[in-house]
Amino acid sequence: MDLTTLTYIVVGATFALYLGIAVWARAGSTGEFYVAGGGVHPVANGMATGADWMSAASFISMAGLIAYNGYGASVFLMGWTGGYVLLAMLLAPYLRKFGKFTVPEFIGDRYYSQTARIVAVVCLILASITYVIGQMKGIGVAFSRFLETDYDTGLFIGMGIVFFYSVLGGMKGITYTQIAQYVVLIFAYTVPAVFISLNITGNPFPQLGLGSTVTGTELTVLEKLNMVITDLGFNDYTTSTMSGKLDMFVYTLTLMIGTAGLPHVIVRFFTVPKVADARKSAGWALVFIAALYTTAPAVGAMARLNLMQTIQIGEVGSAEGNVKYDEAPQWFRNWEKTGLLKFEDKNGDGRIQYYNEKNPEMVKKAAEYGWAGNEMTKVDLDIMVLANPEIAQLPNWVIALVVAGGLAAALSTAAGLLLAIASAISHDLLKGVFMPSISEKAELNAGRVAMIGAILMAGYFGLHPPGFAAGTVAIAFGLAAASIFPALMMGIFAKKVGSTAAIAGMVSGIGVTMLYVFQHKGIMFIPGTEFLGDMGANWFFGISPNAFGAVGALVNFVVAFAIAKVTAEPPEHIQHLVEEIRIPKGAGAATGH
Amino acid sequence: MSNKSMAEYWKANLRLLTLCLVIWFVASFGFGILLAEPLNSIMLGGYPLGFWFAQQGSIYVFLVLIFFYAWRMGKIDREYDVHED
Repeated sequence: MDLTTLTYIVVGATFALYLGIAVWARAGSTGEFYVAGGGVHPVANGMATGADWMSAASFISMAGLIAYNGYGASVFLMGWTGGYVLLAMLLAPYLRKFGKFTVPEFIGDRYYSQTARIVAVVCLILASITYVIGQMKGIGVAFSRFLETDYDTGLFIGMGIVFFYSVLGGMKGITYTQIAQYVVLIFAYTVPAVFISLNITGNPFPQLGLGSTVTGTELTVLEKLNMVITDLGFNDYTTSTMSGKLDMFVYTLTLMIGTAGLPHVIVRFFTVPKVADARKSAGWALVFIAALYTTAPAVGAMARLNLMQTIQIGEVGSAEGNVKYDEAPQWFRNWEKTGLLKFEDKNGDGRIQYYNEKNPEMVKKAAEYGWAGNEMTKVDLDIMVLANPEIAQLPNWVIALVVAGGLAAALSTAAGLLLAIASAISHDLLKGVFMPSISEKAELNAGRVAMIGAILMAGYFGLHPPGFAAGTVAIAFGLAAASIFPALMMGIFAKKVGSTAAIAGMVSGIGVTMLYVFQHKGIMFIPGTEFLGDMGANWFFGISPNAFGAVGALVNFVVAFAIAKVTAEPPEHIQHLVEEIRIPKGAGAATGH
Repeated sequence: MSNKSMAEYWKANLRLLTLCLVIWFVASFGFGILLAEPLNSIMLGGYPLGFWFAQQGSIYVFLVLIFFYAWRMGKIDREYDVHED
């Protein structure tokens, strides 16, 4: 059977499964729509959180980032997992005890202020929309590349699927589909990884394979990789950072507190029955996430080693050292067709030279070898995961599975984000602020309409990706870190912080972060409007704009505490409320009242 | 529950929390970033230790920490009689 047919069958089967679950898990009440009725088992919730959390970026792009940046890419590994420690200890159990439906609702009640609630809604929508655009793009790309539809058709199919199970089932439908999607995506990720690890090291566990020796040599995978890439002028794999140690430190911190502050993740912990379950469930979520995150470093390093050794088959600089273009393996040409790999025979010798032409020493050596520049003019990082099954010579069904896995990752995250946006609109703005007297049934319908609106909007941005989309996905974490996380944490741990202080903190935190991003990347990312150049020399202590959220969070805390000192304490009943959420006893099911 | 035991419960929680967050910090920011270079001279199998902490070890530590916290908090909850059901 050819690959396209097989891919249609595998992807079609997974979609049928998601739709079947949607029909089975319809939502009948607002409780089911917003928090799946609050009766999700902590392990099941952990699995759903894993799928919710791991997006197309984790599934497809992260291994490529690791392959290319080596040690420097550890920011993503530590940053996107360490946040769960903060979530489990600082937020999830207390917000579960509070027992309401949304994150802005907590902020509004705790700071006894509709303004605070609206500010939180704005922060939530800013962070979530930037995130969801990337998922929609991922869905369109996956369809167009593997199912040979055009990008728009692929996007419409993806929107249709999400529409069906999220509008019908709300959080309940999303939760059970996410569990299925987790199984699909983790299977699709680990199968090729196990085979690639077996091929290179003979060890079936990728986590151990990365620490083993390459079959037939005395060298470990990492030693071998360091040798191969530094010979070609690339940076050392195990020690080089992306832009310095301080940036690495702050970037990791930003991703951690951003993870803990993203509403679509937090709200997942509202669905478990008890406070104690919320603590455990965060641990289970991390178990399921770690299954992928501890595999990714092996996939990245081994895929890079494979790619380098496919091209550089002999000693660097020797006449026979580089593979002849005509003799390159089939997958090389397959991926050339997609445009993710590009080769240009600059010195006309019919062989491929791939080296770092930004390294002056290497350029000198290359000239001696008769090389006329790096001939791999494009190596898209996504290829490290996408081409893996072919590089490891796995059967076609594994490739089809990887496509289904990528789609599962994108769909599950998109659904979670869209629900967070929809419930902020129907529950926080409509029910909370503008029409408090609305009936439960009407609110449920409003939630569905808001969901449809959110899907259409995400689809629109997917079809017409704004120029700034790529830049904003990364700063969604910065925005959440600088605004929502500090407000929630102070809401629980600092009884004396009142509404004025919290609002000022959120506004200044997100303000400082956006200002820093805009001054280096352009106002609303419009090129030419940046008033300070986007260069390391102009960065505040060398901190890159994507990493700045932690500084924004610090500003948020400092401003809030300073203002809390000079303004009135929160009223008695609010301080009592804070004391109440600190103890687990008496947690009922989540309610909207 | 009385205000006094409420305050003590909260203090016990904060103590546990601080301990966990110190370990969280040391395993990731400490071993994985600040001390990665000196640790890299020690090998763990085929991994330089600092590199291992940054790409593997910190994640395992996070996992153990969350379950440890959940277990200890469960005990503290029962001790102060604030557990559910």
